[in-house]
Amino acid sequence: MIRYGALEILAEKEGDKDTLIIANIGFPSKELYKICDRKANFYMLGSMGLSSSIGLGLALARPDRKVLAIDGDGSVLMNMGSLATIANQHPDNYLLVIIDNGAYGSTGNQITATAGLTDLKEVALGAGVQNVAMVSDESGLKKKLDTMDNGVLIVETEPRNKKVPVIQLCPADIIERFMEKSALPFHSG
Amino acid sequence: MDPSQEVFKAIKESGIDFIVSVPCANLQKLIPMVDSDPDIIHVAATREEEGIGICAGAYMGGKKPAIMMQNSGMGNSINALASLNHLYKIPLLIIISHRGVEGEPICAQVPMGEKTPLLLEVLDIPAYKPNLAQAKKTIEKATKKAFEEGKQAAILLSIDFWRES
Repeated sequence: MIRYGALEILAEKEGDKDTLIIANIGFPSKELYKICDRKANFYMLGSMGLSSSIGLGLALARPDRKVLAIDGDGSVLMNMGSLATIANQHPDNYLLVIIDNGAYGSTGNQITATAGLTDLKEVALGAGVQNVAMVSDESGLKKKLDTMDNGVLIVETEPRNKKVPVIQLCPADIIERFMEKSALPFHSG
Repeated sequence: MDPSQEVFKAIKESGIDFIVSVPCANLQKLIPMVDSDPDIIHVAATREEEGIGICAGAYMGGKKPAIMMQNSGMGNSINALASLNHLYKIPLLIIISHRGVEGEPICAQVPMGEKTPLLLEVLDIPAYKPNLAQAKKTIEKATKKAFEEGKQAAILLSIDFWRES
C-alpha cells in the first residue's frame, strides 16, 4: 500500500460523513484533493509539522464534531512534542492518522528516522497516548477506521507519491469553505 | 494594579476563550488564572510553534484564541505565523513576556530580546508596548483590530511592566 491507497480508504470511510479533516502539506493534501475534495477538508499549504496541532486545536474547540488529522512521519518527527500535548489533552473526538512511509515524500523521498531505528508507535505510547494502533495493509486500516474514534493510528506504507494535480483553490477559499463546516453551530440532519 | 490581573481582565473583556501557553517566569501568575477560568480552554504546549498551530485549529472551530509566551518563542514561531496565519488570514492575539530588555539579569536573553521587535516588524505584526495603566485598553483595542482584519497582534510586556503595581 502506498499513501494514495491509504487516503482512498480514508476517503471511502469518512468522505460522506461530517468528519472535519486536516490534510498535511504537500502530496497528502494534493492526493486527498484528487480523491475526495470536500468543504470539510482543510488543505495545509505551509507550516510543515503542524497538522497534528491544528487538528488538536480544532478538536478541543469543537468537542461535538469528529476531527481527523492526516499527518506524516517526517512531519511528526518535526513536531514530536505535539504527541505529548495530544496525550495530555486526550480529546475523545480526535483521531490522528500518521501515514508512515519512512520518507519525506514531497521533497524527493529522502529517508526519515522511521526508516531507521525510530518507532512512532513507541513514541506515541511513550508520550502518553492511551489509544495507539499500527496497521500495514488495507484491511487492517479499514477495520481500525471503523472502530477507532480517537488516539493515534499509524499506517505503514511504501514511500511513493501518485501523480496528481496541484490544488486549484487559493488559501482564502480553502479556509472560508472549511469554516462554513467547522466554525458554525452544527445541526445534524 | 496587578500586572497579571490587568492582562487577564483585558483577555476576558476581549472575549478570548482559548489560550495556549508556554511558560515564562513573568507569566507564572497569569497562567494559573487562565487555567482556572471555566470559560477559557487552556492548553499547555511544548513549544511555541506547536501552540500557533493549536490556536489556528481553535480559530477554525469558532474560538477566539491567544497564545502566551516568552519572546524567545517568537524564534520558532515565524514559519507558522507566515505560512499558516498570514497565508490564511488567521487572527491571533500574542501575549509576550519581553525579556532581554532594560533590567534583564540574564545575558543570554539579550540577543533575542533586542531582535524581537524587528522580527515582528518583518512579519507585519503590529507590536504594542503598553505600560500598566494603558495595558487593558491597549490589549482590547489590539485584539479587536486583529480579529476584524484577520491579522495578528503582539503585546510586548517588558520586565518593567511586570514589576509595576
